[in-house]
Amino acid sequence: METAAAEGAARAGVRFVLNGSPVDVWAAPHETLLAVLRDTLGATEVKYGCGEGVCGTCTVLLDGAPINACLLLAVQAAGRAVTTVKGLGAEGHLHPLQRAFVAHEAAQCGFCTPGMLLVAHAFLADHPRPTRDEIRSAIAGNLCRCTGYTRIVDAIEACAGTGKAARVEPR
Amino acid sequence: MYPSPFAYHAPVTMGETLALLARLPEAKILAGGQSLLPLMNLGLAQPGALVDVNGLPGLETVTEDGGGLRLGALVRHRTLETSPLIRRRCPALAEAASLIGNIRVRHRGTLGGSLAHADPAAELPLVAVALGATLEISRLAGAREVSAAEFFRGYLLTDLAPGELVTGVRIPAIAPGTGYGLAELVRRAGDFAIVAACAVITTDGAGVCRQASLAIGGVGPHPLVMRRAEGLLTGGPLTDRRLAEAADAVPGEVAPESDVHATAAYRRAMARVMAYRALAQARARAASGPGRPA
Repeated sequence: METAAAEGAARAGVRFVLNGSPVDVWAAPHETLLAVLRDTLGATEVKYGCGEGVCGTCTVLLDGAPINACLLLAVQAAGRAVTTVKGLGAEGHLHPLQRAFVAHEAAQCGFCTPGMLLVAHAFLADHPRPTRDEIRSAIAGNLCRCTGYTRIVDAIEACAGTGKAARVEPR
Repeated sequence: MYPSPFAYHAPVTMGETLALLARLPEAKILAGGQSLLPLMNLGLAQPGALVDVNGLPGLETVTEDGGGLRLGALVRHRTLETSPLIRRRCPALAEAASLIGNIRVRHRGTLGGSLAHADPAAELPLVAVALGATLEISRLAGAREVSAAEFFRGYLLTDLAPGELVTGVRIPAIAPGTGYGLAELVRRAGDFAIVAACAVITTDGAGVCRQASLAIGGVGPHPLVMRRAEGLLTGGPLTDRRLAEAADAVPGEVAPESDVHATAAYRRAMARVMAYRALAQARARAASGPGRPA
């Protein structure tokens, strides 16, 4: 398959929307969205944790739905809207969910935080008034190795029911 | 780690896809990618070519089919979980999908992909067997159908030949008085089950079992049909005792192996427990109202 592999290495132009702005990148077919976000576009707020879709640190929203950036080829993102945690809000104009994480001290090392925020954001959009157990289930697929789950659940709970999380669209 | 280089093909018609698969028998099919990409990221799979079928039209549709359902192979787990039609017609499938992995996996993972990957502990193969599903398979030379019970052949091994593609799944109509039960042993939410059981029971108005289907996952190379247990239930009243007798027949019909998650003996013992729980759930749902679909 040498020829095929060489053929496969050929880069193609991929255009998608990243946090509201169109981006054009050159990506080889075997480059994952995670690789392109981090290594080509410098979007290091998206973390590489496990590479198996288990840990949740590479979570991004694809057309609003949380997905594993490590398990999507960059070429598959063509024409789609990709949102990282920076699309929720950034310094100076934090999203209510981010402010709640700050207020509740829901981040220790911070590695899981971007994924937690994006999964929580998508969850609250569908479930504006969840129970604490529902929140725990919603983030079951996001691992926090500091085991700071209690404060993370507190922060999400603080945003639930306020309607704020659901009302603010990702930029 | 990231995947090794490969030739990438993204056909947009079925004809083009089947021609590619015929020409590239070693190519891997990329659907949701939630099992294939982890293997590639870890370097455990290094396919020379990928055929991405996500651009094929019409494979994400869910339609009523007689009294049953016809699902395209690219129907995502999240759709199985949330579609009102599926929840009404086949809640077993919706519940099974809700147990898969995590929300991100469920947004991408597909029904056809899960069946074709054939993990022995996965929920969808188990439920497909218990529900008597039929898989629609296409290749360049034509199409064929195979029952889920015959589709799974071994560990990650199916009836699919090189060049073939799962295009859809049909779930038969569920008779009035039918209930389903789904029980699984997991250490953490979203894990692959250590042992999982799916039961489908149809009763007459008087509480006698007309038909019973029981499949167990995680205790063999693929989901296993518990023929003896089914035979013990069919035609009799669904008393606790009969359910227990059926569950007692399960350990003798399974072939578990020990691995890092559990010993063979533990899996065998838990197969009986999960079978009983699934049967009891199915009985309760079957009794909760005649005409109520599973």
